[in-house]
Amino acid sequence: MNSVLGDKRAIAILLGPALLVYTLVMLVPIIWSTGYTLFSGNAVTGFEFVGISNFVTFFTDPAAFDAVVFTLKYAIVLTIGQIAIGYLLSLLYVFWLKRASGVIRTLVFFPVVLPTVAVSLLFQRLFESAPAIGPVNTFLEAVGLHSVDWFGSAGTAFWVIVMMDIWRSAGFYAVLLYAGIIDIPDEILESARIDGATGWQLVRQIVLPLSLPVLLSSIIFSINGTLKVFDSVLALTNGGPGSGTTPLTLYMFRTSFTYADYGYGSTIAFMLTLICLVVTIFIFRSTRRDVTKG
Amino acid sequence: MITASMRAKRLVTTIAIVGAGALALSACSSGGTTAAAGGPGSATFSYLSQDTNTTISSILTTLSTSECSAANKAAPYSFETTPGAAMDQKLQLLAGQDALPSAFMAPGTPALVQQFIKGGQLQELGATLKTAGLDGDILPAARSTLQALYSTDGLYALPTEFNIEGIWYNKKLFADNNITVPATWDELLSATETLKSAGVIPISADGKDGWNVSRYIGDYIFRDLGPDALQKVADGTAKLTDPEYVKAADAVAALGKSGAFGDSVGSIDYDNSLNQFLSGKAAMLYMGSWALANFNDPKQNTIGVDNVGFMPFPAVAGGKGSIDQIPSNVGVPLTFATKGFGTNIEAWLNCIAPNYGNQVLKDKGVISGFKTTETPADLPALTKGVQDTIANSPSSVLWFEALFSAKGTSVAQTNAAQLATGGMSGADYMKIVQAANETK
Repeated sequence: MNSVLGDKRAIAILLGPALLVYTLVMLVPIIWSTGYTLFSGNAVTGFEFVGISNFVTFFTDPAAFDAVVFTLKYAIVLTIGQIAIGYLLSLLYVFWLKRASGVIRTLVFFPVVLPTVAVSLLFQRLFESAPAIGPVNTFLEAVGLHSVDWFGSAGTAFWVIVMMDIWRSAGFYAVLLYAGIIDIPDEILESARIDGATGWQLVRQIVLPLSLPVLLSSIIFSINGTLKVFDSVLALTNGGPGSGTTPLTLYMFRTSFTYADYGYGSTIAFMLTLICLVVTIFIFRSTRRDVTKG
Repeated sequence: MITASMRAKRLVTTIAIVGAGALALSACSSGGTTAAAGGPGSATFSYLSQDTNTTISSILTTLSTSECSAANKAAPYSFETTPGAAMDQKLQLLAGQDALPSAFMAPGTPALVQQFIKGGQLQELGATLKTAGLDGDILPAARSTLQALYSTDGLYALPTEFNIEGIWYNKKLFADNNITVPATWDELLSATETLKSAGVIPISADGKDGWNVSRYIGDYIFRDLGPDALQKVADGTAKLTDPEYVKAADAVAALGKSGAFGDSVGSIDYDNSLNQFLSGKAAMLYMGSWALANFNDPKQNTIGVDNVGFMPFPAVAGGKGSIDQIPSNVGVPLTFATKGFGTNIEAWLNCIAPNYGNQVLKDKGVISGFKTTETPADLPALTKGVQDTIANSPSSVLWFEALFSAKGTSVAQTNAAQLATGGMSGADYMKIVQAANETK
């Protein structure tokens, strides 16, 4: 085996085809898209070199600013929600349900495997106010409150998206974090208990520090996934009302394929990549500190 | 040990591989073959349509087994649909890949059609029809509307519809509430108040797609400022943010805020809005005469076709426009791709032009921009009335977004529901639409 992996030709033959496919479907489009940021136009009308004009437009475009604000707000709220609920669920699995957690884990994980569009249609019906009244509004009316046009204002539509995406993904983070917590040796937990650590103290002093690597991975997973949110918003609100729930990805998609400006669309994609990079670096740096040292 | 020359060699090899890949991709993403003049071209007649429009596809299906059976034998007809909102996006992607079907519903944004024409993606049809002696099968009014819409002297689309737009009303609900047909905007407001207090949705509107609400703004502008008001905006001599234009958006915002469009208008889509009107829940509906097919269908229309009336968009007191200037359009024009346009598709074109008008009038009661030679004996009175209105209309106007850019059109429509629910002021609405039109 060593002799095969030590042979550079063998490595080239083994990796070559996959690397070529990866290069063609990932690297070339990325480089291509980066090149488009310097052009204006589309495949139908042709391209015109515009230099850094697309970047200047991005920093002066109020719609782009709104999309950045929405994207960051959504990413922060959803990451906190996903990780916090996922962590609480994982603690529930490990310390309370213990070996009986299998069924609950499966049930909580179930929404993860459902198609996004199906979940979005479900939530559209749940929160519907016209032409039919959905269960949520029926409940509000039953308890004497007025029904709410959930998708009629950006504020309420935002919270419906957040609720839906947390419901859809909390099970995934719960399982991910469960895998990290279950790995903590029983002896350490036992000795902490003997030393008098209970409840929150045990979590704060023992469980949290020891599950930090998987927690950090989950946060990076979550923040990068939520910064690139697209399908759930498209299917649930289509970015509306108006552009009230339009993230950068949807704005990029519309700019490229509805407004037919591939150059500016690529610029938005480039800026989103930069935001993802900056946020990831920020999380890495801020978590270098050892949490056990307070 | 790796020497500098080996490194350079590898770098050159890597660049060569990436370059070859890029060239291969370029080859995939552009080019394609256009049928040689006189060649058969595409072996199938493929048609792409929005899922909400079933009229054209069903008429083409009927023609494929009757008058166009010879053309269908040479190039069998097939069709596929795509969700309404994604139609323009899909067409752009297909055009970018040089993979447009033989025929398709024209993009909803006229500016996009102009781009397709400029990019050589759309087949000019006038010359082919003239050669075949079928030039006269396109009504001159429909042809000139298409030419004005796409700013071209050529004929790049077939007028599968020739529509007038206005407000359709439920005669019984009007009579029950002692409402006379509103001739002015103020009378319309008063009618909506009466209907609201009677527990009826005054106006049904498709807020989800937005165009149905933005039509009110455009028509108000035409009535108030005259038929050339939006041309001035397109020419740059006026702006939507000018106070006289903002007044129109404010008027529609006030109408929406009063509850005239019912609850949660942003959640109502095209089918829901038609259903609200045709089931008697709503008293009025702004719509084009393309919906005659729905009005004439007893399965959909439970209020009865005799119960549906048509009124032109009301006048605005002191306005320069006239109630006789009926908004009109060619509905969903049928366009043909340059790629694959050979004798096979020409045969389809030469069969559609003389036969489509008669067939769609007979089967669907839809008035098209084609010359008709047969009037069905059982033509519904409502359809006959629309034909008369078209014949007696002294002049016509376009619609709010007709001269807007793709971005302007999208922004105008996606924000229209917010205007109608009071979530946005008229001034803010006009500001973002004007800004969208001004961006490249």
